[in-house]
Amino acid sequence: MSASNTAPVCRAADGALSIRDVTKIYDPEGVHVVALEHCSLEIAAGEFVAVVGPSGCGKSTLLNIMAGFDYVTHGEILLDGAPLATPDTRPRPGSDRVVVFQHGALFPWKTVLENVTYGPVVQKQLDQAAADQRAREMLARVGLSNIEKSYPGQLSSGMQRRVEIIRALINDPKVLLLDEPFRAMDTVTKSASHEYLLELYNATGKTIFFITHDLEEAIFLADKVAVMTTRPGHIKLAISVDLPRPRNYRMLATQQFLDLKSQLVEAVHEEAVKAFQAGEREMA
Amino acid sequence: MAVKRKASLATRINKRLTNKSFWRGVTAVAGFFALWQVSCMGALPFMSAIPTPVEVAHAFWKFVFDPKYWAGWRDSSLRVFYGFVAAQILGIPLGLGMGWNRNFKNLTFPVFELLRPIPPLAWVPVSILFWPTNELSIAFITFIGAFFTIVVNVLGGVGSIKKELVYSAVSFGASPSQVFWRVVLPATIPSIATGMMVGIGITWNVVIAAEMIAGNTGLGRLTWEAYLAGYTPGIIVGMISIGLAGYVSSGLVKWVSELLMPWKRIF
Repeated sequence: MSASNTAPVCRAADGALSIRDVTKIYDPEGVHVVALEHCSLEIAAGEFVAVVGPSGCGKSTLLNIMAGFDYVTHGEILLDGAPLATPDTRPRPGSDRVVVFQHGALFPWKTVLENVTYGPVVQKQLDQAAADQRAREMLARVGLSNIEKSYPGQLSSGMQRRVEIIRALINDPKVLLLDEPFRAMDTVTKSASHEYLLELYNATGKTIFFITHDLEEAIFLADKVAVMTTRPGHIKLAISVDLPRPRNYRMLATQQFLDLKSQLVEAVHEEAVKAFQAGEREMA
Repeated sequence: MAVKRKASLATRINKRLTNKSFWRGVTAVAGFFALWQVSCMGALPFMSAIPTPVEVAHAFWKFVFDPKYWAGWRDSSLRVFYGFVAAQILGIPLGLGMGWNRNFKNLTFPVFELLRPIPPLAWVPVSILFWPTNELSIAFITFIGAFFTIVVNVLGGVGSIKKELVYSAVSFGASPSQVFWRVVLPATIPSIATGMMVGIGITWNVVIAAEMIAGNTGLGRLTWEAYLAGYTPGIIVGMISIGLAGYVSSGLVKWVSELLMPWKRIF
């Protein structure tokens, strides 16, 4: 663990998200699937929020709407007070909210350095040389300098996700949207990735919206864990995690951690049972 | 994570010679020729019409000094080259266009699908009538052989691009044209490579058949003429030459596609 995880935590001044009464209906004239209903959540600037809930509850739908990949049917989402998604506006992705996907989305035909510089170059914020320099600085800071000429296919999944997070951060986004980025990882890689993400979070203080199935992961990383109900999804409750930062793995065994976990297990289990029964009804 | 450097020629040859699978391959080829020789020499009665490898080798030696043989190589290769390159030049943009733009696909795909099942050789009569020279009609038939394959591959390639890649590019601020040139096109290169690999094989199949029907020169014609003259070793020489030509062409295509995809090695 390098020194930055022990440095005092800074918080970004912007990046506050306000999700207000959001409803998302797929195929309103046909099958009419209500993915989200009256979903509300307040996220402060620089807050790390983890969202947990049963499969298919609409977590990713919410993330896709925030990212600007999908329409919202009712309600609105504000970013720093300005409308981000409303039923009347065309969804617009932007480099102020960058997504890191579960299966990774590094461009396989570009080297690590080319991947990282993609955003600033394509937006013409920096020319290639300046972007290269900036990317090298960022990669060096996290100890990834030696892989700048590698292609993503040559890297382990843990490395790929690190590069992807750097590729997102170089755009200096207000919000990082992480869609189960560590899901497919083994335990060791996962915990290394957690420390890595926390280190970057502590250093940048960006607002993070993090989707996961893993309750321990959610508590360990986040300031607030929001539990989503089974479909149609809304936020059932949000639990504040008052574990001090910087966090370390020893906290996983503290009573405080275990209490939070049992609270969450209770809430999530109830939804999981409902989801399971709903699934059985759909099958019948 | 170091970049692999190419070993020196001497080490590579040495590696080959000490490699078990290499020697198994050599044994297999030698065994094939031995079996062929023995079966022609009376071991198998129905093989008596087929010349022995030794006769074929003699015939080969004669052909090597015959300029007509090399002219056959040249003519067939040029026909394949023209047809194949034209198919890529027209087929790759067409496939990309169909994959990228729904309206364009709606307009072009039905006609494309109507024409696609027609075998290249069924185009021979109309091709001879349409094109002013025999040369052009053979090249056109070769073109048909590779064209549909490349279009189908490119179209499939565009369709199977991971949507996360496009999403990422868009969220980094890429415009639609930047998404096309910087994401869709490179993401389709592996499919283009597969299409080229399949296509080059088809063009050789097609060019030989077209030469037998409509050509005056080429390796296909050479083989056919040997048959008409009742010169069986010549037929086999023609066949082997076609095999070699196809092998070399696939090698070239593979080399080009590896140049296009430094991040990946195919096959």
